[in-house]
Amino acid sequence: MTTGAAAGLEYETREGGIVRLVVRGRLDAERIGSFWTQIVGQVVGAKPPRVEVDASRMEGCDGVGIALLQELKNRQEGNRNEFHIEGLRGDLAELMTLFEVGPTAMPARRSPATARFFETVGGSAMEFLSDLRDQIGFIGETVWKLAGVLIHPGQIRWGDTLLIAEKAGADGVGITALLGFLIGLILAFQSAVAMAMFSAQIYTADLVVIATFRELGPLITCFVLASRSGSAFAAELGTMKVNEEIDALKTMGIDPVRFLVLPRMIAAVFVVPLLTMFNNLLALVGCFVVMLAIGFAPQIVMDRIYEASDLVDLFGGLAKTLVFGWLIAGIGCLRGLQAGTGASAVGDAATRAVVSGIVAIVVVDGAFAMVYYFLGI
Amino acid sequence: MACEPIIRVEDVTVAYGDFVVMRDINFEVQTGEVFVILGGSGCGKSTLLKSMIGLNRPTKGRVLIDGMDIVTAEGDEELAILRKIGVMYQQGALFGSMNLLENICLPLEEFTDLPRGARETIARTKLKVVNLDGSEYKMPSELSGGMRKRAAIARAMALDPKILFLDEPSAGLDPITSSQLDELILKLSRTLQITFVIVTHELPSIYKIADRVIMLDKRVKTIVATGKPGELRDRSDNPWVRQFFNREAEAAVESQQT
Repeated sequence: MTTGAAAGLEYETREGGIVRLVVRGRLDAERIGSFWTQIVGQVVGAKPPRVEVDASRMEGCDGVGIALLQELKNRQEGNRNEFHIEGLRGDLAELMTLFEVGPTAMPARRSPATARFFETVGGSAMEFLSDLRDQIGFIGETVWKLAGVLIHPGQIRWGDTLLIAEKAGADGVGITALLGFLIGLILAFQSAVAMAMFSAQIYTADLVVIATFRELGPLITCFVLASRSGSAFAAELGTMKVNEEIDALKTMGIDPVRFLVLPRMIAAVFVVPLLTMFNNLLALVGCFVVMLAIGFAPQIVMDRIYEASDLVDLFGGLAKTLVFGWLIAGIGCLRGLQAGTGASAVGDAATRAVVSGIVAIVVVDGAFAMVYYFLGI
Repeated sequence: MACEPIIRVEDVTVAYGDFVVMRDINFEVQTGEVFVILGGSGCGKSTLLKSMIGLNRPTKGRVLIDGMDIVTAEGDEELAILRKIGVMYQQGALFGSMNLLENICLPLEEFTDLPRGARETIARTKLKVVNLDGSEYKMPSELSGGMRKRAAIARAMALDPKILFLDEPSAGLDPITSSQLDELILKLSRTLQITFVIVTHELPSIYKIADRVIMLDKRVKTIVATGKPGELRDRSDNPWVRQFFNREAEAAVESQQT
């Protein structure tokens, strides 16, 4: 014979395994507490043929009380055993019916883990490919529509374009310049230490200039653009999508790509080479500072920087940024237009804009490296 | 012209993969009438509306607006159809970065060669019709829900469309504001002979404004009743339709269970 009790609650197991639970006073959360595990564990473990609840002295209950009775009932019925409540007051019985839940429907058995692994990998791969196709298709569409706009320039809202350029460009000069300066400083310092081993410290300037003009300047600037403006575009367009403003444009016969996307892309392409120039210039300043600090005369450093600077490197880097800017703005807008519904949609769109923007930049930069190599640039 | 159907929906079926939202929808809307699409939550009212305004391509069927099929139309033909319709979205969908005047001027700017002054005067007249004169320079965020919806109607009317589609005009409005909106719809329908297609499930408005209604039911996924609201309430042979019109709770409970 098993017994157990909490204040006002007690149960015992009788002959033939019948469990009898007696409730006195209120059946509520405070009283049930750990008693829940005890009594339910008893029912689950011993699978008694019959559970009886004596509720004749029960005075009331709360949600937890009802849930306990329902749980016992469902457990018993699930095991094809009996459950019986006696003496339940009328209003409490009504509550029981109101909150009556059936046995929990178990979700359908999922396929075994190995099959699920391949399914997930395959699914993600397919999703990635179709997403890639969407991105390429969208960028193609924008180029095509840009051609149309070049023929009829009146179709673009130039006022909006300027405002966007101001936000994406002028407002971003500070952070781009700061990053450029710091990168120049760090790069010069790190390489000067290594160059000292070969007594070639003066060539630190060459290293910083070439690395910045060809790769670091464009990349750093575009990362900043992707995280500042790509995400902003995605959030703006995503919000418009959620508010049905995009639908409203469509039913007005206004093409959202021409109206919202092209101004952003044009603005981005316009500002990104300028930002890159700021970034490059400040990187040279950073390099200059380090070279002075390790003891070179200002005139010598200036000469070396001037010697190392090559217009082909500079414009090769700037040319890349035009493509990067187009991609960042395009992908940002695409993510916004793809936004689903609900509160998290806009946040997801912004995140995806930054991630795919940066990935796209790096991939395309690789392609540029190949092309430049073969062209001898 | 008076008895010509201005919208004809033929055999429209919408399905996503294997999941059928609605099938074999057929109806006509006559010029100048106030036509209401109603049904319980989740029966596909909004999907049907989206198919009628070209935002959603039905799996099968045609939607003829003034004789032209909006489902297959592209380019200039699509623009020609879109010029004939105006849409008010559930939350208004006003452009948040523009004030009311600019919102209403936008379609005029895009589709007409009118000078700025003319566009603004037109926009002011539209705002006057919806009783929003004086709010020209307010931003959408400064307006109440009812004002936003009225402003959205004003914008939808910018290019003098023949048909206005309204998505749940009374949703989320208090009874007085909602009834003012009903008055506005009746006024526009009477004076400008605009055809209205309205998606709603607000019974008081339906009785007040609707010339004809169709009712969708998500269990059979198609139209279950067509007619005047009063007749459907009293004489429909479909018990579910009568329950809906009489606001009986059983109908709601039943529809949730299916």
